[in-house]
Amino acid sequence: MRYLPKSPAERAEMLATLGLDSIEDLFASIPEPLRQGSSLAIPAGQSEYEIREYFEARARESGRGYACFLGAGAYNHYRPVVVDSIATRGEFLTAYTPYQAEISQGVLTTIFEFQTMVAQLTGMDVANASMYDGSTAVPEAGMMAVRITRRERLLVSRALHPEYRQVLDTYYQRQELPADTVAFDPETGQLDLADLEAKLAPDVAAVILQTPNFFGIVEDVREAAELAHRNGALLVVVFSEAASLGLLAPPSEADIVAGELQSFAHPPSFGGPYVGILATKQRYIRQMPGRLVGQTLDSHGRRAFCLTLATREQHIRRAKATSNICTNQALVALMATVYMALMGKRGLRELAEQNLSKAHFLASALQASGAELRFSGPFFNEFVARPTRRSANEVNELALRSNVIGGLELVRFFPELEGTLLVCATETSTREAMERYATCFRRKPDG
Amino acid sequence: MGRIRQHQTQDEALLFERSSPGKIGYQLPRMDVPETDPLEALGAKLVRNDVAGFPEVSEVEVIRHFTRLSTWNYAIDLGLYPLGSCTMKYNPRLNEAVARIEGIIDAHPYQPECLAQGLLRIQRTLEMYLADITGMDAVTLQPAAGAHGELTGLLLIRAYLESRGNARRTVLIPDSAHGTNPATAAIAGYEVREITSNRRGMIDVEAMRAMVDGSVAALMVTNPNTVGIFEQDIAQVAGLLHEHGAQLYMDGANMNALVGVARPGEFGVDVMHLNLHKTFSTPHGGGGPGAGPVAVRRHLEPFLPVPRIQSTSEGLRFDSNRPSSIGRVRAFYGNFGVLVRALAYILAHGGDGLRNATVDAVLNANYVRKGLEGHFDLPYDAPSMHECIFSDALQAKHGVKTGEIAKRLIDYGFHPYTVSFPLIVRGALMIEPTETESKRELDEFVEAMQAIASEVKADRDLVRKAPVTTRTSRVDETRAARRPTVIWNDDGRN
Repeated sequence: MRYLPKSPAERAEMLATLGLDSIEDLFASIPEPLRQGSSLAIPAGQSEYEIREYFEARARESGRGYACFLGAGAYNHYRPVVVDSIATRGEFLTAYTPYQAEISQGVLTTIFEFQTMVAQLTGMDVANASMYDGSTAVPEAGMMAVRITRRERLLVSRALHPEYRQVLDTYYQRQELPADTVAFDPETGQLDLADLEAKLAPDVAAVILQTPNFFGIVEDVREAAELAHRNGALLVVVFSEAASLGLLAPPSEADIVAGELQSFAHPPSFGGPYVGILATKQRYIRQMPGRLVGQTLDSHGRRAFCLTLATREQHIRRAKATSNICTNQALVALMATVYMALMGKRGLRELAEQNLSKAHFLASALQASGAELRFSGPFFNEFVARPTRRSANEVNELALRSNVIGGLELVRFFPELEGTLLVCATETSTREAMERYATCFRRKPDG
Repeated sequence: MGRIRQHQTQDEALLFERSSPGKIGYQLPRMDVPETDPLEALGAKLVRNDVAGFPEVSEVEVIRHFTRLSTWNYAIDLGLYPLGSCTMKYNPRLNEAVARIEGIIDAHPYQPECLAQGLLRIQRTLEMYLADITGMDAVTLQPAAGAHGELTGLLLIRAYLESRGNARRTVLIPDSAHGTNPATAAIAGYEVREITSNRRGMIDVEAMRAMVDGSVAALMVTNPNTVGIFEQDIAQVAGLLHEHGAQLYMDGANMNALVGVARPGEFGVDVMHLNLHKTFSTPHGGGGPGAGPVAVRRHLEPFLPVPRIQSTSEGLRFDSNRPSSIGRVRAFYGNFGVLVRALAYILAHGGDGLRNATVDAVLNANYVRKGLEGHFDLPYDAPSMHECIFSDALQAKHGVKTGEIAKRLIDYGFHPYTVSFPLIVRGALMIEPTETESKRELDEFVEAMQAIASEVKADRDLVRKAPVTTRTSRVDETRAARRPTVIWNDDGRN
């Protein structure tokens, strides 16, 4: 087998060195009745060619060559080729977690740069080396707030990504900790601040809101922060569309920022792997979950980096750790780091402006063809449209016939938003494709 | 920084230190729609100034920066990486290629199911193969890593026990366990009680008998355990737990010793996770991403996270209507790209091939053990599976500890073994070579370790100041933790 680097003669020689007659003797310590009853039912090993063909066939059974207007937590952005050139280098791809700092300075330095750029983008003081994804970063932020405030209740915006909310419920309900939702304003689509104010009680550890929220609407973080802080609660700001950070005011008023960096050079990849981030104020650094890289010196006094504050982590603190997270998303974080380096200060701004323009163009085009915007709040690159001449489902069925995957039917998560679509446009959406999609909103053509 | 030094790899300034206003590494496509004014669309309050401190560098500098940094890493592609319980095996490049096929890498998680049949088939097939390998009845691919799988597994146990009236209070964990086990139990809302290993490095069934009662929800066990020994009494352990209505959780971190040889489902395990980034060859990437699928016996299946993949007359679909489910543990369906890579690995080996890989993994570990016996102290003489554990007892007499031996190993061109773990062995050296090492590589490793053992006796200072051949000498970790600097700033330069 091509992945096993030994000849039969070498195997025999090694067995002889061990004084064993057969390879079966290697497993003598497994009691006979506990050994496998039958061999694996997996077919015989295949060649590289066959395996490639297998996956090509699976890809052909899936959507290829469609223009896609889905966002909702997974975004289509252009990926510069440099990103993969770096991320497929064996020295990054096949390295382990950088516990041995002297031979891991490459990984450690890039993580330090990642942490720095995440902090700059989010307006926080510190950021960790990554979380699994945006959805799992949210309960980690929530648990962190519970540790800091010694309070238990979370107030969660209903306009937080519904699947993020479901993940939070799973983590939280099993710990028997209380969580309530805060309504969104049915007109603007923004967090209902009156509802928030009414629900803020002395047991609230944190308010969790997303911006741009699940409906693409940009929230006023400042007002929510004021309300939360006045009640001794922390504010956790979540984002799933990192491209917005090139343009939107950073959520500096937040105490913790939890988000998803998939937009930075990782394709949607059917939902993963992505890369979560967690950033916070300096004073909460010791309550953070996950790995952190810090700057130090080597024995010759030269700048060096290493994993630090490990006493927060499971391999040292065990049952008292700030989180059980061990493996994170380092390689995807590296891809985001390379992307941020390429785009730089100007590129991120320009990217965000293009996204804003494309989405506003698409919104106008859909309105002209037969749709209204469901919410009046300001939006970035996603918006909720209600088709007025056809049903949402009909629009998308028609779109598929012209090789367009339309927006997400929101009834799936919000029964009260039946008949609406969450539509996303990015810098990769061409005018031609947007117009093709808009056509599907028109009344049936005559004749 | 930027000073020339006499080493093939020069010092490398950080991105922020290379930055100069106006340099760019990108060009966006020309806009084909009218521009929207951000201030008009969003209002001044919601728009930021530029991202202060963000770098401005050119494409060629980006390539050089990261390429130079990459040369400062050790990697499997460079040689043996014998970290115990980490299973650092060769990461086939084919896996990278197939994960990037158009239609797979650009698939949106919400694209219509009729346009995702191939992707659902990939998941379905992987679930089936993992069920076969583990001897379990159902598999969820949603957890993003091993620890995430552990949490999922314990939540399943909790939901199952709740459905029978009582979630119970305690999880038993052997003192040899990975740190994630107790950390996970705590997050799942359980108290941890530690079981002391016996003199053979295994669970002491008699001691355990006294601890199991109606308050115990589960035992979390790694098998083979972190001492690299197969838990021979595992069936009795399972029986004892089941007698008291408790569940057996298996941490599958060491599954590389069992694939094709023994199925946990056949020795009484109720729920377990697998680390696809260990046993199934997906790259560690400097710390992730991984994937931590969870396999369960039939009675736990109703509680698995949503959505589940369902087979219908119109093809495969996602089913979220499962009232007993613990809910979601992650958005979408898991680290799909990692799942693709793992399936490519399984297809390449095939059933018999996977077993051959296990055989070679165990052969390699025992070969290394044989080579080091006598030079290092062997705390347990029970037969090794896929990894072997020594202690620094012989070297400690000369004032040299496992961590220093590890650093010296770097000078010989190898990544260190796992240092000071498991905790039940004082000064542990935990060595897992995996099956993808040649005899020659193993011989050289053994030779290096023997040489270090001799150096300890002859010139211990040489060992204690290692590594001496690396571009970065011994890193001061204490200093880093004292006043943590975790982001770059202008005046924080050294």
